[in-house]
Amino acid sequence: MRPFDYLRANALDDAASKAGDGAQFIAGGTNLLDLMKLQVMTPETVIDINNIDGLDKIEPHEGGLKIGALVRNADLAADPQVRRAYPVLSRALLAGASGQIRNKATTGGNLLQRTRCPYFYDPAMACNKRDPGAGCAAKGGVSRMLAILGTSAACSAAHPSDMAVAMRALDAQVEIRGTDGATRTVAMDELYQLPGETPEIETSLKPGEIITAVILPAPQPNATQSYRKIRDRASYAFALVSVAAVVEMEGETIKQASLAFGGIGPRPWADAQVNAMLEGETPSEELFGKAADTLLAEAVTDEGNDFKREMTRRALVAVMREATGMAPASTGTDKVEALA
Amino acid sequence: MSDTFTMDEAQPRLLDETKQGLVGAPLDRPEGKLKVTGTATYAAEFKPEGMVHGVMLRATITRGKVTGFDETEAKKLPGYLGLFHGPEFVRNPAQGMAGAAPVQPGDRVDYHGQPIGLVVAESFETARDAAARIKTSYEQNPGAPVDPAGVELELNEKRESIQGDLDAAMEKAAQSVDLEYTTAGHVAAAMEPHAGIAEWKDGRLVLHGSLQMVRFNKEELADAVGIESDKVHILAPYVGGGFGSKLGISSEHVAAALAARELDRPVRIVLSRQTVFDAVLRRTETWQRLRLSADASGKLTGIGHEDRVSNLEEEAFSEPVNAASRFMYGAPNRVMRQHISRNHRTPTGSVRAPGEAVGTFALETAMDELAEKLGLCPVELRLRNIPEKHPDTGQAYSARALEDSLREGAKRFGWDQRPETGTRREGEWLIGMGVAAAGRANFLVPSAARVTLSADGALVETDMTDIGTGSYAILGQIAGEMLGLPIDKVSVHLADSDLPGASGSGGSFGASSSGSSVFLAARKIREQLADKLGCKFEELSLGNGEVSGGGKTAKLVDLLSDPISAEGKIEGGKTAKSHFSAGFGAHFAEVAVNEVSGEVRVRRMLGVLGIGRVLNEKTARSQAVGGMVWGVGSALHEELGHDPRTGHIVTRDLANYHVPSHADIPREMEVVFLPERDDEANPIQSKGVGELGISGAGAAVINAIHNATGVRLRHYPATPDKVLEGFANGR
Ligand SMILES: Cc1cc2nc3c(=O)[nH]c(=O)nc-3n(C[C@H](O)[C@H](O)[C@H](O)COP(=O)(O)OP(=O)(O)OC[C@H]3O[C@@H](n4cnc5c(N)ncnc54)[C@H](O)[C@@H]3O)c2cc1C
Ligand code: SF4
Repeated sequence: MRPFDYLRANALDDAASKAGDGAQFIAGGTNLLDLMKLQVMTPETVIDINNIDGLDKIEPHEGGLKIGALVRNADLAADPQVRRAYPVLSRALLAGASGQIRNKATTGGNLLQRTRCPYFYDPAMACNKRDPGAGCAAKGGVSRMLAILGTSAACSAAHPSDMAVAMRALDAQVEIRGTDGATRTVAMDELYQLPGETPEIETSLKPGEIITAVILPAPQPNATQSYRKIRDRASYAFALVSVAAVVEMEGETIKQASLAFGGIGPRPWADAQVNAMLEGETPSEELFGKAADTLLAEAVTDEGNDFKREMTRRALVAVMREATGMAPASTGTDKVEALA
Repeated sequence: MSDTFTMDEAQPRLLDETKQGLVGAPLDRPEGKLKVTGTATYAAEFKPEGMVHGVMLRATITRGKVTGFDETEAKKLPGYLGLFHGPEFVRNPAQGMAGAAPVQPGDRVDYHGQPIGLVVAESFETARDAAARIKTSYEQNPGAPVDPAGVELELNEKRESIQGDLDAAMEKAAQSVDLEYTTAGHVAAAMEPHAGIAEWKDGRLVLHGSLQMVRFNKEELADAVGIESDKVHILAPYVGGGFGSKLGISSEHVAAALAARELDRPVRIVLSRQTVFDAVLRRTETWQRLRLSADASGKLTGIGHEDRVSNLEEEAFSEPVNAASRFMYGAPNRVMRQHISRNHRTPTGSVRAPGEAVGTFALETAMDELAEKLGLCPVELRLRNIPEKHPDTGQAYSARALEDSLREGAKRFGWDQRPETGTRREGEWLIGMGVAAAGRANFLVPSAARVTLSADGALVETDMTDIGTGSYAILGQIAGEMLGLPIDKVSVHLADSDLPGASGSGGSFGASSSGSSVFLAARKIREQLADKLGCKFEELSLGNGEVSGGGKTAKLVDLLSDPISAEGKIEGGKTAKSHFSAGFGAHFAEVAVNEVSGEVRVRRMLGVLGIGRVLNEKTARSQAVGGMVWGVGSALHEELGHDPRTGHIVTRDLANYHVPSHADIPREMEVVFLPERDDEANPIQSKGVGELGISGAGAAVINAIHNATGVRLRHYPATPDKVLEGFANGR
């Protein structure tokens, strides 16, 4: 770990004014501190945002919910409104990390957690994300946890979050406060940047910008939500593949479907084409299979992660079967209730 | 010395006669409270005056030479004290019971991750930062092979044993199997990382080390540093798990000793979790071929177990993969053969149950496949092939619970409810049951202990370690039992290299070997007490501070004008030649396999084990359960990922190297110890337990997966992707 200055921000203005070059915000610290110890991240200044008032609330917002950036993952998962109206989010949160980590981890920190690519974690290995232009040691290496969609020649890292996958399926918006004090709201696909030639740039956040909240749109009261995570052990493992689904039926046809995937993309992965081809159709194995074909059409795999194709396909089909009523709902699939 | 007891013949079962009622009782560990309250002082938790901190530097090439270090950036840090390296540095930890320094490679690099230097600073944080700033230059020798299959293999004659004509037996067999298996490399990943504090005091090197075998470790350290072993003083009172990874001294101990000498200050090193993965001996990955042939009645006619393991050049250790295959079942035609791949992956050594932990996967799943082919119940196939004599050596078996544990286990587990393959389902989950036999050779290793009886109670002293297993508890129990004292009158002082030298903790032999030495010391004291009371040794009875025999009774305090001290020493003798002693048992598992995802959940497990005399029901059970958890881990989760170009371990933390989480282990982990005395093992008739718990446990899980799904998995761990591949290849 490099020596660093520790500053505590008491207000958003304060945070913005303290955030100069080489500064990092710290929230739960569950990711940042690990990376600092390994010198994967070497901020000169660490700005603690935990004292900023008002960022730890879950509030009604335009028929939906506004979740403050400092709301702890454990609290968010346990919130009665979330459990009732956005069960997919509760399920996703509880499928992530461990009880201790969820007690500390925050909404903002979870969105911005870095990839778990093991080569990124080892400063002796070449990594374009850590050290732009250095090369990518993960290529041709142990690739089990790497992404298969949206990758580039420069980087194949996967985004590790479960929470963000559920939020993507819910079409959440992220509220960002600029250094000038102005607030803007972006969709998740605008927040996360694909690696392309610049895998070191992961989000559209500018230096000093802070995430203040995540906004969930009003729930669809007749929808079914589902989260399914496939992993290497029963708990405390990142997703090999995960699927979040929000599906609304109208009689025998799918009125609306929003799917998002974890473990396979550099960001919580959603494909508008996949959703569109499901909508207006009658559920069937064949339809779901075609959706999987479309989703995976551009997938790039190697020997170490080729299994993710079949696994993603199976997860998609199983989740859709449950969400559309073709199969009985199991743990992970819930009917949405209206907000209280 | 001549007063060493050698185990030449079966001994009277004295511990069945004594009356204190301590031996076998499920007593709490005396040090338990210290441990759970964080007050037990582990190796790194001493604070000698003036202590400084070290961080190991690792090689980041696979093969070649270190040509220099650039310390410029490190030297700018206040508190930086220097970089230490030199000819005494060791390449990797000593192998278990080596008693001499491991390879000291000088500037040569033999694997990526090899410790090549020690960075010392006033604070840990500075040392770590400095280590990251130092630039090492190398002369690379590229093209080092890191694929175990990519080199010419070395035949290991030590592990070869051939009888009859296996090829002919396979040809003539009514049924046979010829199968290939692979198991992944494992790391012990003890909770307490490897650590040490070295200090030179009064002309001696004092090391607080996290170590399993102090008697051997002091020789190893002395040899590495170049001093006499009586100038080394090792203390390891509490060790937070070892599992083989702390058998021998390791790079941090030697480095700390050298830096401490040069700086004339105590030096502390705690390896980071990543360095533990890089620099500690791992379990080899294996390739195995298992052949079985049987006649129509289900009698084995042939057993072939061939394997390939990895290690670096100059390492004497090779995982004894065929260990259990040699003694579990009999057959006239046999081939046992091992090849060693000398490559430049990280070096390998003993990890809990070396041999059996991975070898039983092949043997016990092949037995399952053969049973299916023969149309026999897998329990029955095993029962039909229990040999009369050790198939290799012709030795008689000492107490052997194989048959009883299979029968008892089948009854308790509800084996008769085992579904037809692939027929039981609960929603997406396919349910099945599996069985595997367990066997783990038992050893008696020379061991010594001193017991002192005074009016206040008894004191046990030995350099035996307690690596979380319960040595403090059982050694106190044996002494108290023999001397008729309640447990709170016995204190146990362990893991100080100035005390009588014990076996150390390894190979599951520690409890029985060191326990026997305590027993023998106490027996000598009993002889003296019989003399003092004036009765025959056989008549003597001790209990709750009273001594009686031959019609006389006295208070212990009245007989003891002065404390009585005696040393017990034991070593193996003729029974080890006449008899083959091993723990045996049977594991049963019920699993659920998810038809969509390929995820496997163990729903319940039962281990029925014969371990001779149980010394403490509670600590023995913990050992057995721990072993079974390891079985689950190696069947389903644990896998070292090696970079295919450098050979280094990529999965070098506990987020990437998956040991089972709590949610992976069912509440129902039942262990049953069959009543047993192993008279040929040692004078307390006990055997090892910790490694027997692993042996076969993973195979039971794999066999249960087959029963659930119809899929045979032969490459471990059986992660979801492999299960799905099994589905795709047809059930
Ligand atoms: C062993 C382990 C297992 C895990 N398993 C899982 C899992 O299965 N699934 C899963 O989803 N996650 C998992 N996690 C990751 C965990 O969810 C994240 O570490 C956590 O959510 C990060 O939140 P934090 O508040 O601690 O972030 P920090 O560590 O405090 O911050 C992370 C990053 O976000 C930035 N940041 C934080 N808040 C803000 C803000 N408001 N505005 C701008 N920038 C901000 C920081 O500067 C930093 O760069 C695991 C973690 C560990 C250690
Ligand atoms: S995949 Fe990305 S994060 Fe991983 S080593 Fe390559 S560049 Fe770095």
